[in-house]
Amino acid sequence: MKKRINLMLVFVLMVSMALTACGAKKTEEGGAATGEAPGGKKLKVGMVTDLGSVNDKSFNQNAWEGLQKLKADFGYDVKYLEPKQDSDVDPSLNQFVKGGYDLTWATAFTLDDAVTRIAKENPNAKLGIIDSSIEVPNVAAVSFKEQEGSYLVGVIAGLMTKTNKIGFVGGMEIPPIQRFSAGFREGIKAVNPDAKYIENYTGQFTRADMGKSAAATMYNDGVDIIFHASGLTGNGVFNEAKERVAKGEKVWVIGVDKDQSLTFGDEVTLTSMIKKVDVAVYEISKQLAEGKFPGGKVTQMGLKEDGVGIADTSSKNVPADVLKKVEEYKTKIINGEIKIPEK
Amino acid sequence: MNNVRKLLRSDSIWIPVLSIIIGILIGAIVMLAGGYNPILAYQSLIEKIFGSPYDIGETLRQIVPLILSGLAVAVAFRGGMFNIGVEGQIVMGSLGALMVGNMLDLPPILHGIVAILVGALFGGIWGSLVAIFKVKRGLNEVISCIMLNWIALYISHIVIKTFMAEMGTSRSQPIHDSASIQIAWLSDLFGGARIHWGFFIVIFMLIGYYYYLNRTKWGYELRAVGYNKHAAEYAGMNVSSIAIRTFFISGAIGGLIGTFEILGVFKYMAIAPNTSGIGFDGIAVALLGMNTSVGVLLSGTLFGALYYGAQGMSFGADVPPEVIRMVISIIIFFAAAPAAIRMFLKMFRRKPKREEG
Repeated sequence: MKKRINLMLVFVLMVSMALTACGAKKTEEGGAATGEAPGGKKLKVGMVTDLGSVNDKSFNQNAWEGLQKLKADFGYDVKYLEPKQDSDVDPSLNQFVKGGYDLTWATAFTLDDAVTRIAKENPNAKLGIIDSSIEVPNVAAVSFKEQEGSYLVGVIAGLMTKTNKIGFVGGMEIPPIQRFSAGFREGIKAVNPDAKYIENYTGQFTRADMGKSAAATMYNDGVDIIFHASGLTGNGVFNEAKERVAKGEKVWVIGVDKDQSLTFGDEVTLTSMIKKVDVAVYEISKQLAEGKFPGGKVTQMGLKEDGVGIADTSSKNVPADVLKKVEEYKTKIINGEIKIPEK
Repeated sequence: MNNVRKLLRSDSIWIPVLSIIIGILIGAIVMLAGGYNPILAYQSLIEKIFGSPYDIGETLRQIVPLILSGLAVAVAFRGGMFNIGVEGQIVMGSLGALMVGNMLDLPPILHGIVAILVGALFGGIWGSLVAIFKVKRGLNEVISCIMLNWIALYISHIVIKTFMAEMGTSRSQPIHDSASIQIAWLSDLFGGARIHWGFFIVIFMLIGYYYYLNRTKWGYELRAVGYNKHAAEYAGMNVSSIAIRTFFISGAIGGLIGTFEILGVFKYMAIAPNTSGIGFDGIAVALLGMNTSVGVLLSGTLFGALYYGAQGMSFGADVPPEVIRMVISIIIFFAAAPAAIRMFLKMFRRKPKREEG
């Protein structure tokens, strides 16, 4: 018995030593700012993702990169939380709001109820939300004109399709995604009225397998270009295209949110529709420090504001004459000559 | 006194306790390996749970559905059946409560009561479908449960989109204020945390569960079927109707989870791409709680607190919340594989003790 107690004591000691050893190792990061903070203030900026992950290679990651740039440029204190279920959303937002953060970002359309509620309960806190057009005095909302950027990739797809069949894979059928589809459809129609447009909402943003099977159905049906706006589901679209390209078929994917050719390669990525979430997050956070926080306003990010557009790497696969056409349409949209529906 | 000593010597208390300790220790080791500070992490976890009245209130809010889900699974377990369909029953309960809360106009208190009852009824009917398939057609309940989960989810999508769509969003219209079961003064006391009557109903349900199993004829039949179905049948019990009854009760408890979430927490129902996952967590709660009333209360409280505290951990120590999920999985692993713990226990006991049945 005594021996056993000794054994146990040794074990407990070992564990506690291991634990304390690492306790001392904690290093202080940050403070390596390269630029002067505007307004002389170093803000604390938090961010709450939707139910996805901050490493989604798309939307949330983009927003987080914006915050990290703030940290690098001005030494801001930035932090994110990823709620794992709907009921975590309120506590996550409150963690920042009640924890004295100067600004709390919510990076999803689905968080707008929670943001509205918490903003009203805490009138002194400042919040920001992406992809929403709520108007609350202490909330800066950012809404992207996805239809404008999608119109441009629609022009590319319409001009470059060989089979005259073009597909769209969406996540859930919610207003921001409907704007993608509407713009894409109108862009195709403008340059190629005969092309057939096939639309499929998988209902999921996180299911690559569903994206893959949706893409397979479309490609089998003779579609040669698919535009996806479906977060991680779109990874499956890319995988399907990759397999087919390896077998010698000529199919393309149009990426979304970020330049996805960097992740999935130029042989399948025709171009990408970029949504500059990072720029929006960066600029508005900076405006807060400068005392120009756009609370209660909805900041519209369209082609004119350079909030959406096509990827810089598009010229690798898209011929110059097509890109010239894209520029023409871009000018027309900015001038207001073309009005694009949201649905 | 004798009883306490007996309890302390029995495996049924040490297996869960040791599972928890091992889970937390392995979690710490993984955090170390990942370059995080486990002491800081667990400290922020505890701070998050008890840090402020708001956090305590929200922890309670998180615990309520887990205890209920544990009860729903446990009652089926005791009858020798596996209800993996709590997920779907939650959805149906939510839908029932939402429809009453949104479409009917009733005076305040009555509205909430009717909504709760309809929610429980929806969940119960959805649950008893499983048992009906099982006893009439011999369909394994695990298969039908999982299928019915998805069917429930997509039914909810159709109903919300057709009757209660809120334009420009991916959720339903909110319920009327008269159907809310939130307790405003208690919420204020807890810094705005979402406290609702469901919290008190859960306490009654735990007592009711104990009473039902151990003090009623139906409960006796349920346990008899759980121990040995054929013996129970031979003794003259109607096994089919007991199965349907049990699944109705299990489903009704599942329905209550959804009901409380709609009426007390969210006030609307989201058109969600997936079910909530609470129903699956309930399996773990029931398992660790050994299907007893007190056990489910304790394990539900533990899991709820850990889930809620996980946010604090990622905030205070940058540890990804997945680590807490892993700790919980390890706890369940050892609780479900008691042989490993028994070996460990034997090492520390003077004389080998007979295993209890």
